[in-house]
Amino acid sequence: MAAPLVVPGAGPGGRAPTVAVLAGGLSHERDVSLRSGRRVAEALRGTGAEVTVHDVDADLVPALRQLRPDVVWPLLHGATGEDGSVRDVVRMLGLHLLGSGPRASRLAWSKPVAKTVMARAGVATPEHMALPQALFRELGARPVLDLVVEHLGLPLVVKPSRGGSALGVTLVASRDELAGAMVECFSYCGTALVERAVVGTEVAVSVLDTGTGPVALPAVEIVTDGPYDYDARYNPGRTEYFVPARLDATAQAAVAELAIAVHTTLGLRHLSRTDLVVDDDGVPWFLEVNVAPGMTETSLLPQAVEAAGHDLGAVYRALVDAAASGA
Amino acid sequence: MTTPPAPDRTTSGTPTSAAAAGTRLDPWLASYAARTGGMRASEIRALFAVANRPEVVSLAGGMPYLARLPMDQLADIAGRVVAERGLVALQYGSGQGDETLREQILEVMRLQGIEAHPDDVVVTTGSQQALDLVTRVFVDPGDVVVAEAPSYVGALGVFRAYQADVVHVPIDADGLVPAALDETLTELAAAGRRVKLLYTVPNFHNPAGVSLASSRRPQVLEIARRHGVLVVEDDPYGLLGFEGEPRAALRSMDDEGVLYLGSFSKTFAPGYRVGWVVAPHAIREKLVLASESAILSPSNASQLTVSCYLATYDWRSQVKDYREMYRERRDAMVGALADHLPSATWTVPEGGFYTWVRLPEGLDAREMLPRAVTALVAYVPGTAFYFDGRGADHMRLSFCYPTPDRIREGVRRLAGVVTAERELVELFGATGGGGSPAVQAPGPDVA
Repeated sequence: MAAPLVVPGAGPGGRAPTVAVLAGGLSHERDVSLRSGRRVAEALRGTGAEVTVHDVDADLVPALRQLRPDVVWPLLHGATGEDGSVRDVVRMLGLHLLGSGPRASRLAWSKPVAKTVMARAGVATPEHMALPQALFRELGARPVLDLVVEHLGLPLVVKPSRGGSALGVTLVASRDELAGAMVECFSYCGTALVERAVVGTEVAVSVLDTGTGPVALPAVEIVTDGPYDYDARYNPGRTEYFVPARLDATAQAAVAELAIAVHTTLGLRHLSRTDLVVDDDGVPWFLEVNVAPGMTETSLLPQAVEAAGHDLGAVYRALVDAAASGA
Repeated sequence: MTTPPAPDRTTSGTPTSAAAAGTRLDPWLASYAARTGGMRASEIRALFAVANRPEVVSLAGGMPYLARLPMDQLADIAGRVVAERGLVALQYGSGQGDETLREQILEVMRLQGIEAHPDDVVVTTGSQQALDLVTRVFVDPGDVVVAEAPSYVGALGVFRAYQADVVHVPIDADGLVPAALDETLTELAAAGRRVKLLYTVPNFHNPAGVSLASSRRPQVLEIARRHGVLVVEDDPYGLLGFEGEPRAALRSMDDEGVLYLGSFSKTFAPGYRVGWVVAPHAIREKLVLASESAILSPSNASQLTVSCYLATYDWRSQVKDYREMYRERRDAMVGALADHLPSATWTVPEGGFYTWVRLPEGLDAREMLPRAVTALVAYVPGTAFYFDGRGADHMRLSFCYPTPDRIREGVRRLAGVVTAERELVELFGATGGGGSPAVQAPGPDVA
């Protein structure tokens, strides 16, 4: 029997926590982050928490110094929000951070690093190369790309080594498409992650920890009529979601175990979302993990929370309470 | 938290049995009209969210520089409108628009040689609504609208919404090419296509920055007349020329075959959302009915405020002030392009807000946009201004909003982006995968 996520109600008579939600920033995912921030702020206010929403700009540090909120929750997707730097700032201010700390964020933020760490921990992850633009400048594009295809085969996935929302991601089916995919990828990021594409069921597993240990929520299966690209993620209707994923019990347990292994191995805190593919043999392959998963109307973590029978506000509040108590 | 996972707590809650059908997060998916089929969430629009940050030099938006407006006087005007005429200003109004304002609009249009009667004018919620009304009244799904190549993104959005097919006609430094227009209309007729409208921005074109030469204006009207095609003259920038007198509007030469769309958005302020359309009697009746069914009546509060501004403030001086400021910014823009981006080519607009830049060979403006945003500069990729996916080799740069120093800084940043992108394209011998769709709705950022 699976133990449920512990979502304690707000205790009677306790002071309402003050929460500073950080949203926006200068990353390519600013828009998504603003939406995530609004959704979370709204849900938390419904629990009685006092929430302020802050952009990441020159006003932030003075505002946090003055407010001294009980908890700072970075809902920043991409760049300084996920690379650990804003989290460093929160720590330097001596404030409680909701979510992963700076060092763990840095591990997760770099997809090649996260994959390497997880591979060493014995988790299956598609074979990959991390190829900076500078390498092509030195060796030329054609010989390196030929070698990549010889070594990894086709199809391949090309994605920026950092960043989310599928920006700059291309599924490459033939050698001819590879150069264009690299150009698109390098428009977003100086290093491309090129990995063997695993065919199978795409799922995302969210992990939450409200202070009693990490718990995996039901896996969300993603089915699109094309790539799970930006439009498929944020245009309701484009993508069909199955929660829980249509996996047999063994595979369900395996993906949950994998997501928790990622969460614990990388030292993540409070919440994370691991994206993976389950191949036709039922083997889950780790793709990437997000320390600031999307919280929009169409995002995967909120869907998983609701599918597990929990109220979003109550879960967010439980995370805030855990963070406030230093858990 | 660092405890290894215990097998008995890997899933939370008791989910209901796996659903046979998944969810698409939208219970009304089967109910949408066919015309919504092309609506997509665009990463380009998402990138524009970053462009609003002050660190970014946005050469993307078409926002007028409102800091030049006499805000104190406008506050007085707004106060007077409510204090003295509140019962009218805050009430429903006429579907056709306030009569006094319609008379004042005639005065504005007279600067471009347009003679009309107040009854010919329909006030709309920005000229964007006029565009919507005209399209609603004339265009059935599958009908053809002929437009310049490139054309205003907001118009393309309206045409797409009404399921029109847009056929582009080439332009050059003197605007629409009459021979090409004639040829296109002849071909469309031969193919049995129904061409309903010729949509044109004859003055200081958005995005191309060019104007239709005076000598070509009668030719364009003659060709349209001969092919039985109604001309929609969209003219938000006509009074914002940097040199000489405003050119005579197409409508001044033909009051039966031209619908004239005007706006206070660029010459005064877009926040009031006051525009208008001038139409022959029969068409105008239909436009009024269509407008009433859409919005009942345009905002009286806005109309009376604009009307009071026109009556009590030296609005001609305001337009002159705008013109001089925008000319200075145009100069900063083309000067900076010459200094920093000699590998590109661009139009030198004689008015309006935009220059149209052709990128060096092989570059794709859509693919380059994320790099530009990273470098804290934004523009609108040329694909936004075509119905058919062309335009990736161009970008629109606006000089209306940033100060001259910011414009120079923006172009300097852009030059760095172009250099990096060129290196990339030369390295790989390819442009990107072309995954990013065009901008499909104007959005306040690109209007």
